[in-house]
Amino acid sequence: MADPEIKSYEPHHESLSAAVTESRQVKAVLMAIAFAFLAVFLLLPLIVVFHEALAKGIGAYTEALSNPDTRSAIRLTLLVAVISVPLNVIFGISAAWAIAKFEFKGKAFLTTLIDLPFSVSPVISGLVYVLLFGAQGLLGEWLKAHGIQILFAVPGIVLATVFVTFPFVARELIPLMQEQGNGDEEAALSLGANGWQTFWHVTLPNVKWGLLYGVLLCNARAMGEFGAVSVVSGHIRGLTNTMPLHVEILYNEYNAVGAFAVASLLASLALVTLVLKTLLEMRYGAEIAATRGH
Amino acid sequence: MEVRVVNVRKEFERFPALHDVSLDIRSGELIALLGPSGSGKTTLLRLIAGLERPTKGAIFFGDEDASQKSIQERNVGFVFQHYALFRHMTVADNIGFGLKVRHGAARPSASEIRRRASELLDLVQLSGLEKRYPAQLSGGQRQRVALARAMAIEPKVLLLDEPFGALDAQVRRELRRWLREIHDATGHTTVFVTHDQEEALELADRVVVMSQGRIEQVGSADEIYDMPNSPFVYSFIGESSSLPVKVDNGEIWLADRPIGLPASNAASGEALLYFRPHDVELLDGCSGCIAGTVAASRRVAGTRRVELEIGGERQRVEIELPVDHPAAQKSRVAFRPRRWKLFPAS
Amino acid sequence: MTTAPAQAGWRFRQPSVIPGFGLTLGFSLAYLTLIILIPLSGLVWRSAALGWTDFWAIAMDRRTLNALEISFGAALIAAAVNVVFGTLVAWVLVRYRFPGRRIVDAMVDLPFALPTAVAGISLTTLYAPNGWIGHLLAPLGVKVAYTPLGIVVALVFIGLPFVVRTVQPIMEELDKEVEEAAATLGASRFQIITRVLFPGLAPAIITGFSLAFARGVGEYGSVIFIAGNLPFKSEIAPLLIVIRLEEYNYPAATAIAAIMLALSFLMLLVVNLAQTWSRKRYG
Repeated sequence: MADPEIKSYEPHHESLSAAVTESRQVKAVLMAIAFAFLAVFLLLPLIVVFHEALAKGIGAYTEALSNPDTRSAIRLTLLVAVISVPLNVIFGISAAWAIAKFEFKGKAFLTTLIDLPFSVSPVISGLVYVLLFGAQGLLGEWLKAHGIQILFAVPGIVLATVFVTFPFVARELIPLMQEQGNGDEEAALSLGANGWQTFWHVTLPNVKWGLLYGVLLCNARAMGEFGAVSVVSGHIRGLTNTMPLHVEILYNEYNAVGAFAVASLLASLALVTLVLKTLLEMRYGAEIAATRGH
Repeated sequence: MEVRVVNVRKEFERFPALHDVSLDIRSGELIALLGPSGSGKTTLLRLIAGLERPTKGAIFFGDEDASQKSIQERNVGFVFQHYALFRHMTVADNIGFGLKVRHGAARPSASEIRRRASELLDLVQLSGLEKRYPAQLSGGQRQRVALARAMAIEPKVLLLDEPFGALDAQVRRELRRWLREIHDATGHTTVFVTHDQEEALELADRVVVMSQGRIEQVGSADEIYDMPNSPFVYSFIGESSSLPVKVDNGEIWLADRPIGLPASNAASGEALLYFRPHDVELLDGCSGCIAGTVAASRRVAGTRRVELEIGGERQRVEIELPVDHPAAQKSRVAFRPRRWKLFPAS
Repeated sequence: MTTAPAQAGWRFRQPSVIPGFGLTLGFSLAYLTLIILIPLSGLVWRSAALGWTDFWAIAMDRRTLNALEISFGAALIAAAVNVVFGTLVAWVLVRYRFPGRRIVDAMVDLPFALPTAVAGISLTTLYAPNGWIGHLLAPLGVKVAYTPLGIVVALVFIGLPFVVRTVQPIMEELDKEVEEAAATLGASRFQIITRVLFPGLAPAIITGFSLAFARGVGEYGSVIFIAGNLPFKSEIAPLLIVIRLEEYNYPAATAIAAIMLALSFLMLLVVNLAQTWSRKRYG
């Protein structure tokens, strides 16, 4: 019964201005301060990346990017993302299914554990693997005896990346699947579908945009992670250098154009991520609604 | 405080919500703005409060032109549909808020504010809940706190937007009686908005019926119910039946027959005849009456409602019969409205 | 399986017709244990193995204390700055309509998406004495890059979206009626903002603050470029961990990491408790 009244109340919302909003001048001042702050802290750093990358012309830029070490850094970054993102997608779906579809003891605790990597410093995320697999580590002797190289090699980099990107997919999917409830799945099962069919034909289509959103954020972090990867990589040029690490090396060698050229690729990745993320929010806001605000 | 609304027009982004509305509210009166959603009743209330500014026209509090004043200066008590209590303040702090935000000498001392708050809590029968937070109250209790908060500033006018809209039926009836009592005890000029006619007719001294941004009729419950002055009021308040008729020679004709109702003042031509289903006189023979075949019949509490098909056009009207009336399916019933009104055909 | 009576008591999970509980929970727990829990408990085990005296000696080392102080201090200042500007940005985005609002809104997430190393070198270039901003500040005697102030700048960049994205949704849900109610009761715009709106937003602001703070304490990539990394002056705790690791001083690295983790968790715990309390009270 309150419903039609709320509808008739709608037009007031936009035009309330007279009664409860700031004066035109105060508004202008507040907006000016906010925009100035955003320009200095967000926009300028972004512009500087491209400005510095192209400071010596487009030739120097393309040359910097065609350097073999840079190429191998790009390849390694892609490889790491290609391995770690799917791993976390599988985990995210599986954890979301268990948590959203069932009631069991310790569910809240499990949800908290999944968020844990977000509150750990990236350096510590790398450190824990050094303590495990390093020469003085718990498994160090055993690994050495069996000739398995984890630290300062691709497996270590992947592990550290998986650690820092661990929560992304799961924490998008859990609230979304909880919100959607079990009705659709129960209907599918009652119609004779088995578990996998239900998942493929009912659950997955329901959460696909939320899943994509999670993958997007997960991928951005996986390709851009610095601290954790830096600790486990050993910084071997052409071998264990990811793009962010390569940026550091070039920068420390005073190769500004090279550093910023690689950085510009990463910044473009960030921009593409932001654009896709915004498009997803605009188009499928309701279907990824549970994700707003992280 | 008497309130006068003079030729007020309100547009929202060119869309007119109120067309040239005028209304005199007497001092100490309890008045209801009644209408369907979109009729402009809430807009009118918010204009009186100063939450909106009129596009045209003026609103007077006594002799003062209130439209020149900001909402803060108007000193109106407004009770919002969803109460709009301050969640982070206790009940006592909510009620005292209006006094606490005053400046300088106008602000009472802290102990005086506390005293006033507990006095008002007594009035709304919530003593002892001073330290509670809104989240810890029931819907009805929140409503009372909202009213106490509005009254704390000793408002010139008390305005209530759908005061009982969010409550369940039982609490609603209770609070309705209670609001009437409070009004009689304090004598504030009070305007409330509702879409529930029962609430408006039972509670208000006068009812303002609104539709599509216009005032249709202003009057007491009896006037509104017994003498509706428009087809809208006829159909919106209570139940009504209507028939297309013709006026000729000071008589009302249904198809080719006069129905025995005089219409000496009405202009000749097409018209609509309105009457209440229960306000009819049943006749045996039919010379100068309305007659029809019973198409459907249902039992409504102490009476029986029948739907009659009338004339070749098979117009349907509803009338009320005593339960023991012999009219069954397909039998013919003849009647004549006891009280009725003609409106020009649109 | 036979149907157990309702009063059967403790039950690990509610019955459900949906399949896959064992598989998904089993896989999730195994993965979580392998990737997160075993490595983290390795850290706890290593620091416990240190023994109290050694641990205390490392913790009380002046360089360690300084690094912790710089990390926590800079993160605290940056989070405070972000509370002010982040809340303002959220207000402008929620309350005002202007062309390009969607773009500005999307831009706020840039620090989430931009790799920290990129942010680091770009902020350094910007605030270096010959940089676009640095050369404006140099005549005023303000040095940002290679000083503790630079750390704060980097952490403001990193932390901004945490405050905006926590406060924004709560601001959107603010009931306009509440502001109108305050106005009809005679409160001025300033009084409405300070006495009615702000207390309502406080829990969200505190959450945003603590998220930005927690992230700032652990931040590494964006800071090491701009900080200058002078021991005792502008050396952050995560960097000290890396330095100790490079010296093969695992005990020291472990101890510093353990202290940081403990402090972060303690803070998150306090914030969670405060939120639970406020939810209970204000609903």
